[in-house]
Amino acid sequence: MSTADRLPRLLALVPYLMSHPGAQVPEVAKVFGLSEKQLIDDLQLVWMCGLPGHTPGDLIDVSWDGGEIIIDNAETIARPLRLGVDEASALLVALRMLAELPEFGERDALTRVIAKFEQAAGEGAAAVSSQVAVEVDATPDALPTVKEALRRGRRLSLRYYVPGRDEVTPREVDPMRLVVVDGRSYLSGWCYRAEAVRLFRLDRVLTVEILDVAADPPADATPDEVTPGVFRPSPTDELVELELTPAGRWVAEYYPCEQAQELGEGRMRVALRARDQDWLVRLALRLGDTGRVLSPASLAESVRQAAASALNRYESVS
Amino acid sequence: MSRRKTERLLNLVICLLATRRPLSAEHIRQAVPGYDAANDEAFQRMFERDKNELREIGIPIEVQKDPWEEDPGYRIVRQAYELPEITLEPDEAAVVGLAAQVWQRASLAEAASGALLKLRAGGVETDEAGGMLGGALELRVDTRDPAFPALWEAVRDRRAVRFPYRAAASESVLTRTVEPWGVVSRRGRWYVVGHDRDRGASRVFRLSRISGPVVPVGRPGTVVVPDGVDITSMVGYRDDMTVQERTALIRVREGACQGLRQVAKAVRQGRDGWDELDVDFTDPERLAGWVVGFAADAEVVGPPDAREAVICRLKGALT
Repeated sequence: MSTADRLPRLLALVPYLMSHPGAQVPEVAKVFGLSEKQLIDDLQLVWMCGLPGHTPGDLIDVSWDGGEIIIDNAETIARPLRLGVDEASALLVALRMLAELPEFGERDALTRVIAKFEQAAGEGAAAVSSQVAVEVDATPDALPTVKEALRRGRRLSLRYYVPGRDEVTPREVDPMRLVVVDGRSYLSGWCYRAEAVRLFRLDRVLTVEILDVAADPPADATPDEVTPGVFRPSPTDELVELELTPAGRWVAEYYPCEQAQELGEGRMRVALRARDQDWLVRLALRLGDTGRVLSPASLAESVRQAAASALNRYESVS
Repeated sequence: MSRRKTERLLNLVICLLATRRPLSAEHIRQAVPGYDAANDEAFQRMFERDKNELREIGIPIEVQKDPWEEDPGYRIVRQAYELPEITLEPDEAAVVGLAAQVWQRASLAEAASGALLKLRAGGVETDEAGGMLGGALELRVDTRDPAFPALWEAVRDRRAVRFPYRAAASESVLTRTVEPWGVVSRRGRWYVVGHDRDRGASRVFRLSRISGPVVPVGRPGTVVVPDGVDITSMVGYRDDMTVQERTALIRVREGACQGLRQVAKAVRQGRDGWDELDVDFTDPERLAGWVVGFAADAEVVGPPDAREAVICRLKGALT
């Protein structure tokens, strides 16, 4: 929080201390995302404030002897400020998305919570939250099984389709989390084939079954900040340059490009990295005359060869 | 915000909350430390700024103008200021904890954690870990498009906006003026839905194609969302209903083209090292874009327009 947020913070801090008498300095600092020093500074500021008159009897009384915070004489601001439109809307939009999640199983709790917040937040937030929506994909077939495995702590055996390499591979996975990103469901787990934590898009899981083995991911395996995406290029992958016509610009919207340069009339030059050479050839073929490989020359040549051999089929067969 | 100013504003909030009757500016000047030293004009400016800052963080300051009083009076009405009493059952607390962690970018992530903080300050216990699936469920929504914050504000404030936009496959960027009805995330992409003033019709815009700043136009509160508008269905594919679904016959090399095999409604094993697939499609270009990636491992036999679409792409990639 920046210093500009200090007043809203103080107006939440005082009620927090009122409703949590005897709270400890470290615990409160954590809740408010502050260092202990910053918290003490906040407390010192609060201690200088109070009712008009500002005699000792009017001022807020706060002490933190031995790390235990006691506050008194702050009844005027004992309740927090009501939720702002943005605050209530941020929660309501997220709650509505949860309610859309297939088989989430908490529909009942969500309905109750949404009603409570709509009431607490007032009309503005209720309106905004119905105008911002996160759509949730249809339930992937694999979801119920994955959820059950997570609940029971069992290993999964699955067949997984990797579009980048056009492969179906069998995997044994110890499930760690179910991650829903932008409305799409993923399983995060320890993959014995990769010997690493991997993210599996559930609509690409072709078959899945629960094994009679307890999930046992390595103790140091963390469902790290996995960024879902088509691929996660490493900086050591070769940089590929493409020139795109207006009809090929979707590439820049779908894949993370390191450089993008406008060339006028809607054409652009982009540079991206990808782990798979095959995937790049596929992309270039798909682009047809709406994009071409500028470099490396070897990739451009692979694309030409692939196109030529495919065309050869069409011409010889027909 | 300086420490002295924070102190003054906190004292001002307490003063305005504590009073039953509205207080004149002069009265407030005497009662709240930090104002007294200033001259009249400086005080007026300072007081105006302070009121605005309090309103910006959502504090409702009531202004009362009585005909028999020369100066307006100010106060904060407690019911309008305070968070109403909310109690959450344990299952409700769990979903709130989960919902507060959904947003991944600054503006909404801060709003959500601000809300959570106020709730906890009000004595509402929320479950930070999110009790779903024993804490194994995680939800994220990313609002990575630079245009998102401005459009959120425009929707919130019911205000029209103007932005430069490049339609799909278009050579040029045009300025569009839109009365936004809503923003929708679909399959990881954000869209704004609204009335396009230049076209005189409702339109859907993809945020990633907005190529410059989103600027508010006109006054807040002027956009009216028509009754019965369903923003999410406006973003769905509209051609699905009108275009007839057809079936393509595709020959694929044995053992290759796993992706195509998965969506095929029928797979017939061939004799010559090639299998035959029946694949449903609506748009031949879409189908061609996919099949062409398999290069010499797949061949669309028909219908002719789909076959031609593949040949056209291959020729395009050759030059």
